[in-house]
Amino acid sequence: MYSKISRKIRKTLLEITSSKKTAHIASNLSIVDILVVIYRDFVKKNNKNEFILSKGHACLSVYCVLSYFKYFSKSLLNSFGDNNTVMMCHVSHKVPGVKISTGSLGHGLPIAAGKAFANRKIKIFVLLSDGELNEGSNWEALLFIAHHNLKNIKIIIDFNKIQSIDFVQNVIKMEPMSKKFRSFGFFVSSINGHSHKQIYQSLNKKNSKPHIIIANTIKGKGVSFMENSVLWHYKPPNKEELELAIKKL
Amino acid sequence: MRKYFIDILCKKLKKNTKTFLIVGDLGFNVVEPFQKKFPKNFLNAGISEQNMAGLAAGMASQGFKVFIYSIANFPTFRCAEQIRNDIDYHNMDVTIVTVGAGVSYGNQGYTHHALQDYALMRSFPNIKIIAPGDSKELERGMDYIFQKKGPKYLRLEKEMLPENVNYSLGAITDGYWRLLKKGKVRKAIVSTGSCIQKSLEISKKKQFENYYIYSIPIWSMKSKKIQKKYLNKFTDLLVIENHFEDGGFSSWLREANGENTNIKIKSFSISSDVIGKVGDQKFLEKKYFKLIFH
Repeated sequence: MYSKISRKIRKTLLEITSSKKTAHIASNLSIVDILVVIYRDFVKKNNKNEFILSKGHACLSVYCVLSYFKYFSKSLLNSFGDNNTVMMCHVSHKVPGVKISTGSLGHGLPIAAGKAFANRKIKIFVLLSDGELNEGSNWEALLFIAHHNLKNIKIIIDFNKIQSIDFVQNVIKMEPMSKKFRSFGFFVSSINGHSHKQIYQSLNKKNSKPHIIIANTIKGKGVSFMENSVLWHYKPPNKEELELAIKKL
Repeated sequence: MRKYFIDILCKKLKKNTKTFLIVGDLGFNVVEPFQKKFPKNFLNAGISEQNMAGLAAGMASQGFKVFIYSIANFPTFRCAEQIRNDIDYHNMDVTIVTVGAGVSYGNQGYTHHALQDYALMRSFPNIKIIAPGDSKELERGMDYIFQKKGPKYLRLEKEMLPENVNYSLGAITDGYWRLLKKGKVRKAIVSTGSCIQKSLEISKKKQFENYYIYSIPIWSMKSKKIQKKYLNKFTDLLVIENHFEDGGFSSWLREANGENTNIKIKSFSISSDVIGKVGDQKFLEKKYFKLIFH
């Protein structure tokens, strides 16, 4: 079931990215499985749960998932990036189902902390990229979340190992991440970010401490020639590449 | 002013229980009465303005009226993008409170002087700037904050300002000119914030004795368009602000005036020569308030 949904969403992602000639296909492909589980099992079922995409450039995958789960029409989805629409290419609260706009990195986590602090009865899911952890505001928020023991936040890190123009390890060394987060006072899980089962189990887990899930993902997941390549952070697939990519799914 | 702000906030909270005050590890000997009375509505977020601003936006999204409080440039410039994206763009009910308008932190130096904050805050389309010039304007400004949802910037003088008791004050709205003294000529002194005191001082000089005196305690990008109805009454304005002219209050009025050449606007603003100079507020204001013609 999950795999079918993920495959369908990846196909739509590729088609829209190709037709609109927009960037960030690989960043989108890496988080599809996480989003499908979050929306299907947590946000759609309980309107007290909220999701924030902090890596706002991967908004198309959120829009595809929202459209799949009938938050809005397919025609609205197909207007992605078009003139005079709300379908901004960084996640926008003007789009039905989206609560928080991001696009500049390092904003989602402090907002998530505020929501979780204000109302401990709600559950906040916030998805960050690995490169985004370069931003100092995240570390301010992490200190705060740990200090106030905000167990109602699930922080998911899309650890696909590539940031904008280079590999994470070549830019700013983030490892050992688990050790860093544990020393801050978090419960840390390291999972396969493409295993729906592992994603569900970790998101559903009850903890005595705030929980960070390091989701080991593959940038460009599902399309072999896009996987683990810096190029596809920016390049949209042309017609031939699109056909080939869909065959690879 | 800061202590009076806390007094008013304490009174308001009795009726508005979903109000929250967040401080950025500042406010010693000021915020304690609030903290003691309402510990569940108070938080010290630590020295982390970016997180504090994002946090405030998140709390406001859950229905709270949130105040974030710190000195001059810390909760404004340090977290400018969080104000832009998280607070203003989402139209969150967050009031950014700064203490230390202009050079009121005197010899603490340039890092603590608020000289460019209007320029930043007035560039956000939803934010209302509230710069009270006396205790009455602060009271009415706080009424405004509690009546209207949405982002605001409350700019406070460090010390208490005397109440201009001779001048009545009803409810104040965005862009409203508060009359402080009727004039005899079509000329006016206009100020915002604590510069009321300077207006009154200057009006004692023979050259200005027949001028009208006004204060504009609330202003914003949106209320620029209603300024013409006030501006058109005059041929000469002397605009006073404890801020650089560039991007400040007088620039706002000049933009509102547009290409109308029937009005001459002079700015009495703080010169950038103040940067790096040491002195108390009185000394710095005396030396670096400069008249600017265009």
